Amino acid sequence: MKLLFRIFLALTAVALAFAAYQGLVVAPTEQTMGNVQRIFYYHVPSAWTAFLLFFANFLASIVYLLKRNVAADAVAAATAEVGVVFCTVVLVTGPIWARPVWGIWWTWDARLTTTLVLWLIYVSYLVLRRYSTGSQTSLLAAALAIFGFVDVPIVYMTIRWFRTQHPSPVIGGGENSGLDPSMWPPLLWNWLAFSMLAIILVVARYRLQMMEQEVEDRHAQAALQGSEQ
Amino acid sequence: MTRATLVKDLRMEWRSKDAVNSMLFFALLVVVIFSFAFNPNAEESRQIAGGLIWVAFLFAAVVALNQTWARELRNQVLDAYRVSPAPANALFLAKALGNFLFVTILETLMGPLFIVFYNLRSVGPAWQLVVVALLGTWALVVNGTFFAALSIRTRSREIMLPLILFPISIPALLAMVDSTTSILTGEASPDFWIKMLLVYDVVFTAVCLLLFESVLNAE
Repeated sequence: MKLLFRIFLALTAVALAFAAYQGLVVAPTEQTMGNVQRIFYYHVPSAWTAFLLFFANFLASIVYLLKRNVAADAVAAATAEVGVVFCTVVLVTGPIWARPVWGIWWTWDARLTTTLVLWLIYVSYLVLRRYSTGSQTSLLAAALAIFGFVDVPIVYMTIRWFRTQHPSPVIGGGENSGLDPSMWPPLLWNWLAFSMLAIILVVARYRLQMMEQEVEDRHAQAALQGSEQ
Repeated sequence: MTRATLVKDLRMEWRSKDAVNSMLFFALLVVVIFSFAFNPNAEESRQIAGGLIWVAFLFAAVVALNQTWARELRNQVLDAYRVSPAPANALFLAKALGNFLFVTILETLMGPLFIVFYNLRSVGPAWQLVVVALLGTWALVVNGTFFAALSIRTRSREIMLPLILFPISIPALLAMVDSTTSILTGEASPDFWIKMLLVYDVVFTAVCLLLFESVLNAE
């Protein structure tokens, strides 16, 4: 298990380096935006990874509610934390890219706002985990995760109606939108590398969570035995 | 069970008037402070009133929501609910309805005050405001009651409730504010927002009822 983890760690490092090379050197310079567009290779893969992690968190929460499985709770905790990290990367790289290209740091458009609200919801999820005590943490957190996940589509719909002038999506948008074919490989390489990094972090965090659980259990056991004597 | 708990809560509130009094005074303070902070004329206040009203009610509602379960902690009443064979959802509905009534009373009392302080006159059909108020209040209260049951289990529970309630309530708040503004200014139709609120209410009432029993019994 430990060896496997190390091999995967090395592979991730290689993939990250290769993806950075792809994004910074191999990818063509964008016609109108210039080099600043290269932040796209970090921004978009981070977003996809964050959304995947939040989805994994939702699934793990459902499993926990149904089965009361400690491992599912550890997965939920790990994916939420790493998801918030990647979501933060999205929210930081977004304005850096937007300032030179759109001329503004931020706009309250549907996708930006939804991402921000998503981030707020999962930060509140982490706060709840931190502030609740004992074994009920997992259950309360799982319940909140369900609420958060149900909320996101509603947020998207309301904001979309609220700000109708939002720019149409580049990927999977209308007819004249679309990515230059030569930009796809760097994007996908970066996504692969970021997903691998996310998996590494989640696995490490998951094991930490399980160890914490075990330490707590042993403390409880020791306390019980101590009181019996 | 629902009716018994509801009647008990209402009677307690009638005798102490804790929740309604503190909410009323709190909302009044918010109204006065906003009025100083923005100092609007009649046209401006029509534009911003929707936001002001709902922010004031949201903050005030938190005051009442925090007390929902706190009074059941004394004498282990909550544990008694847990071991009783009555359905957990009946308890939840009673608490949610009680909070709904408290906040509605608050709104009925504060509404006229808003009209006076901000010189409001609705351009659009005013009866729609009642629909928005009822749907919006339920949206705040149903999730608020549920999250109050979550936050009662945490350290620093009073602060915890707004921290988890506000992010989830953003779409509802947006719908309330925008429908109120479009009714007051008469510039746009609030139909979409009212439907949105209805969807929000139905979805989250279902989620609350689905999850409340496990949260009540969390150990």
